[in-house]
Amino acid sequence: MALLQIAEPGESAAPHQHRLAVGIDLGTTNSLVATVRSGMCVVLNDESGRPLLPSVVRYTAEGVEVGYAAESWKARDPRNTIVSVKRFMGRGRADIEHIETFPYDFVDAEGMVRIRTTAGIKSPVEVSAEILKALRVRAEASLGGELTGAVITVPAYFDDAQRQATKDAAQLAGLHVLRLLNEPTAAAIAYGLDNAAEGIYAVFDLGGGTFDISILRLSGGVFEVLATGGNSALGGDDFDHRVLCWIIEEAKLKPLSPHDTRLLQAHAREAKEYLSQHGEAPITVKLGSGEYVDLTLSTEVFTEITRTLVEKTLTPTRKALRDAGLSVAEVRGVVMVGGSTRMPQIQRAVGELFKQEPLNNLDPDKVVALGAAMQANLLAGNRAAGDDWLLLDVIPLSLGLETMGGLVEKIIPRNSTIPVARAQEFTTFKDGQTAMVIHVVQGERDLVTACRSLARFELRGIPPMVAGAARIRVTFQVDADGLLSVSACELTTGHEARIEVKPSYGLSDSEIADMLKESFTHAGDDASLRALREAQVEAQRLLEAVRSALADSADLLSPVERTRIDEAMVQLQAVATSDDRHAINDAMQTLNKAADEFAARRMNQSIQRALAGKNMDQVLS
Amino acid sequence: MSALDSTLDADFSADNFTLFGLSRMQGIDGAELDRRFRRLQAEVHPDRHVQADDAQRRLSMQWSTRVNEAYQILKSPGSRALYLLTLLGHDPQVESNTAMPAGFLVDQMELRETVMEARAASDEDALDAARTQLLREIAAEYQRLVELMDVQHDFKAAAELVRKLMFQEKLLREIDDAIEAITT
Repeated sequence: MALLQIAEPGESAAPHQHRLAVGIDLGTTNSLVATVRSGMCVVLNDESGRPLLPSVVRYTAEGVEVGYAAESWKARDPRNTIVSVKRFMGRGRADIEHIETFPYDFVDAEGMVRIRTTAGIKSPVEVSAEILKALRVRAEASLGGELTGAVITVPAYFDDAQRQATKDAAQLAGLHVLRLLNEPTAAAIAYGLDNAAEGIYAVFDLGGGTFDISILRLSGGVFEVLATGGNSALGGDDFDHRVLCWIIEEAKLKPLSPHDTRLLQAHAREAKEYLSQHGEAPITVKLGSGEYVDLTLSTEVFTEITRTLVEKTLTPTRKALRDAGLSVAEVRGVVMVGGSTRMPQIQRAVGELFKQEPLNNLDPDKVVALGAAMQANLLAGNRAAGDDWLLLDVIPLSLGLETMGGLVEKIIPRNSTIPVARAQEFTTFKDGQTAMVIHVVQGERDLVTACRSLARFELRGIPPMVAGAARIRVTFQVDADGLLSVSACELTTGHEARIEVKPSYGLSDSEIADMLKESFTHAGDDASLRALREAQVEAQRLLEAVRSALADSADLLSPVERTRIDEAMVQLQAVATSDDRHAINDAMQTLNKAADEFAARRMNQSIQRALAGKNMDQVLS
Repeated sequence: MSALDSTLDADFSADNFTLFGLSRMQGIDGAELDRRFRRLQAEVHPDRHVQADDAQRRLSMQWSTRVNEAYQILKSPGSRALYLLTLLGHDPQVESNTAMPAGFLVDQMELRETVMEARAASDEDALDAARTQLLREIAAEYQRLVELMDVQHDFKAAAELVRKLMFQEKLLREIDDAIEAITT
């Protein structure tokens, strides 16, 4: 075994080490992975040179296929070939529109919908994890090493359940999530840094299955999201669906087989894409029954049958502007993102609303992944001097609690800058009441039934008192990923009956653990080996963090404190590469504890520095 | 070490004006507030501490949350005045003290009726007009608050004005809801 290397106290062991970090656009139709390599932001292609990975997963008796290989089976094996899985993330059966038109064997499950395949029952989280895994493998092969972490994008309008499901999928795929990033914000990074823009910008993002609108202020290297809105179930798929319905009606077709549905869907999509360049699109299909469909779709008809869909994007856009307290005239530019913005009627409608030509100079399919890669590079600590920025994002939907009569009491309003915390006090309804159900919901409506249910938990052990005497404080904390945790305590008795809840509308932690274990068995991998490897990586990360903290501000420590930290570091260093996972974890805990107070002082010093008034105009760099 | 501890505690529980290094005044420079907010977040935001140890990451989230909250309170003149009055020991008791001058109440009721009717009739123009009128009144009262609090130090009158403002700001939200309801 090689001798351990210990750096000079106060000196980072590897000051210029480049960490491998990627940005992943996990799209409804296609997914991409990008990175910053030698200062250049690039999308990583597959071995055939293709940048996109179709977000399609096919389950067979032998295993799993992802991407183009799976896509080619879409029409032939529709039940086992899952497309647009993003639409099912964090969603129950009742939430999915036109569920009868999907060719899958849906399984009723609590919380998130499941799909029965030849390879067993799969949750949307597992399906998404397959896509992420394929991208991770592609990135590691292309970059020649293990990834430090990834920034994964989500629609800004995703609620807590959808975000949590995405993070779970990443975990399942073996990715360390540096941050969940909103897609329009990612696009703004890609644009803002290229154009050195200042002012108010709107990002109009219409993808395959989701629509987002975000209003941002760019100033001195800070991207501040002022308002966001959208529809997490509206996208190019819906335009295809309108065309499909039109074909069925025009050709007077009888109910279709799953195979024919897929076939016509594919032709509907082709016709839609063709119309972005041409005045009319021919649709010629031979169905399974031998029947022929031969139609021509004109731009006029297409515009007419999708008019209400276009209008559905404009309403949230106006609302976001109103939320931001801005008028159209104050918007300096409108950035178009997502393949569906190629449709001329979308370009026209957005241009008319904002009274200006939308910006299309970056590839709408790639811009989100590129922005995510830039953010991943920044978060991983690879940034070059003078190349720095900060994102301040918001929560898209209000968070609230159910109160008497099925009404919602809003605790955190939509468009609050994250991280955000808010506490609210509640009291008992009946004499001697000792328990209380806390029901957390997300949405803008006044009635619980019209909002999304995120979590329901019971607070027990309230001391019996007359009605209205108890004081229960419920605290909501939303972190920088936009994920919620809730804690509650009873205040009058002094001792706090505190519980912490992570709403997991989708999957429980034990389900995730089971899936992880299962995926290892399939991969011939060893779960305990994997856990050991993770502890080793985590230990290195911690050592590096403390080292760089010491290099920065060791003067904040007394000699005694310094010794304590140094000793804990040596102790961790000694076991960090051993195969004793528990020893590593114990040593990490000791070091974390020793560095606790140090962290507080460093933070305090940062704040003093911020207020000391340097860099008055340019906040960063 | 204990000295360091106490400055730290003082900072996290410091009032919002102190946190932003501003003097306790109703009239503040909004652009300066924005700048200081961004500068503070540039130091404490979780994105600046992704690679740090657990303790620092946790602290970073708490501080960033704190800075967001303080900024939110100071940004709007209404919530700023409410906060400052409470800080100075003149709590306007918005929840419990609902006594208002009769003339004001009558005006408000009339305006609210106009809004309800416009909503029922889906009359967006009427709602916009009511909104513009209310915004103008509120803007004038924001001005008056600066005068009352920073110049005349008449905190009793300021507290009464804040109670009115809370009323009007609520009505403004109702108008926004109505506009949203009839346009979607």
